[in-house]
Amino acid sequence: MAPTSTTQPEAPDTGTAPAAGPAISLTGVVKSFRSGSETVRAVNGVDLEIERGEFFSLLGPSGCGKTTTMRMIAGFEDPTEGVVCLDGRDVTGVAANHRDVNMVFQSYALFPHMSVADNVAFGLRRKKVAKAEVTRRVARMLDLVELGHRAKHRPSQLSGGQQQRVALARALVNEPAALLLDEPLGALDLKLRQSMQVELKRIQREVGITFVYVTHDQGEALTMSDRIAVMNHGVVEQLGAPTEIYERPATRFVADFIGTSNLLRGVVGPASGDLWKVEVACASTALAAELPAQVSTGSHVHLTVRPEKVRISAARPEGEVSRLPGTVTETVYMGSSTHYQVDVGDGEEVTVYQQNSASSALAAERGERVWLSWPPEHSYVLPA
Amino acid sequence: MNRKITPYVLVLPAWAWLALFFVVPIGGMLSLSLTTGNVVTGFQQTFEVGNYATAVGTYWEQILRSLFYGACATLVCIALGYPMAYWIAFRGGAYKSTYLLLVLLPFFVSFVLRTISWRFFLADNGVVLGTLKNIGLLPDGFAVLNSAPAVILGLAYNFLPFMVLPIYAVLERMDPHLVEAAHDLYSNRIQAFARVILPVSLPGVFAGVLMTFIPTSADYVNASVLGGTHNTMIGNVIQTQYLVNNNYPIAASITFVLMGLLLVGIFSYARALGTEKVMEVHA
Repeated sequence: MAPTSTTQPEAPDTGTAPAAGPAISLTGVVKSFRSGSETVRAVNGVDLEIERGEFFSLLGPSGCGKTTTMRMIAGFEDPTEGVVCLDGRDVTGVAANHRDVNMVFQSYALFPHMSVADNVAFGLRRKKVAKAEVTRRVARMLDLVELGHRAKHRPSQLSGGQQQRVALARALVNEPAALLLDEPLGALDLKLRQSMQVELKRIQREVGITFVYVTHDQGEALTMSDRIAVMNHGVVEQLGAPTEIYERPATRFVADFIGTSNLLRGVVGPASGDLWKVEVACASTALAAELPAQVSTGSHVHLTVRPEKVRISAARPEGEVSRLPGTVTETVYMGSSTHYQVDVGDGEEVTVYQQNSASSALAAERGERVWLSWPPEHSYVLPA
Repeated sequence: MNRKITPYVLVLPAWAWLALFFVVPIGGMLSLSLTTGNVVTGFQQTFEVGNYATAVGTYWEQILRSLFYGACATLVCIALGYPMAYWIAFRGGAYKSTYLLLVLLPFFVSFVLRTISWRFFLADNGVVLGTLKNIGLLPDGFAVLNSAPAVILGLAYNFLPFMVLPIYAVLERMDPHLVEAAHDLYSNRIQAFARVILPVSLPGVFAGVLMTFIPTSADYVNASVLGGTHNTMIGNVIQTQYLVNNNYPIAASITFVLMGLLLVGIFSYARALGTEKVMEVHA
């Protein structure tokens, strides 16, 4: 990937020509809640455009406003300020039952007094769809989620994963303009969660409906999404494709929240050619391909680099790379890779993940002096 | 102590209590209902099944009236209690416990006193009727006391909390997302209530019906305080037979007839609603 590219990823190809405008758009959306005598702004000015057929994730820690944002799209909360549009139509203030979106709840919220088939048929019956049509669509949807043989069961007779799929079928059968999923895999164990991630992605590809997915699990968001909006304190910190979010975090929060990141304090030095020198950790020099707009020579900055981008070697590396000498303080053998903690001086440590491939040059011991290096395009400079 | 026998040892006091205060008295009553004689000459165990025929033949009217009053009071309790429970569960906010306490507050006053105070409340020229008559909204001869509605209202008032609490318990622990899911799936408020909230809360209503219908049908205080002479319930008959006429065999056999009728009623009711609903109340 070219380090200077900042293009927005295109909407994924769903096989149908997209109609005009995004499926969902939020403009200047604010939601305040009264908490005692205080007013808390759960969502503090969010602008989003979600494309048709896109798998879009709202990612952030609990309390970041992601669920509130989704509930405003669903119609369960009215925004204090701003406009919510579905398919280009302003739906601000329109009740949930008049919106063409459906939700999958974290608790599934299956109706306990109805069979699986009746649960799935619920929305279609309210929409007064003809009986034969309801039967046909319910059967087809239960087949899609592989629960055709459980149609007559009560939700309480199903396992957690199966209930989850019923909740999905109950929403999808209505063929909504967008499907909203509120941490739908949160209650499942790790193995089931991983297989459901693949399953969800498959279903989304098959039905081609826009998915808006709320999660605090960055791995989940990175695996499944076409685009991710990382939220914190009620605002979107960064919006982009998973690779962009992961490789090029725009803020310190994003760098910290997504995966493991090394964060080094530094001062921007002069440019050399088309690269910037950043002095980090006791006069070592890191190279960066670009600087954020508000940073120039002399600025105090944080430089981030992902652990798997850092090479560890015994000899001083050559070429146009960031170069830091250091001492190994910890090695953790993980099977396919080894994790190193390297003290680079000035009280700063760098984490390095090195693949244990046959060609891996060095197996460093604790206390050994080593060199760390990475190409300039893997350095990301953030304002301090 | 041995791990295996510990649970039995722990349950022993409860069993002893039940045996002493439930099994023994009910056995005694059953035997009493099959005797002949009177207090002066004493009662002989003659296995006189005819006592039951006499009881039903003489008092079928009061038995039916009791079941009818009980049913009416139960319906009034549902009509008043469901909205109360619903409101406290969904709109009570931080004051839920306060509202529940208010529902239970009448229980801090003795049952008989509460009922007697209704006599004052509903008196022909009392606070309510007197005022309405003074401003000309009711004719002078209008009365509520000593009528069937007075008894039914008194019963409903006295047993309302037994309806509110179980319904509240079910509504309160209902996942609020269920209601949102119903709205999300194109239901308006009425449909969401009829299709989701009401069916999900039915086990609570069922428990409430049991807890109001049984005691109201067997009650005698409301009928004797608010009902006058023409509205006696079977509870009054049993009381009179025992304490006034000292006709223990007849009193005991009426008691068993009432118990039998209520048991049959409950089981057919459970059957009709589905036994799983009964189990869900305790789940």
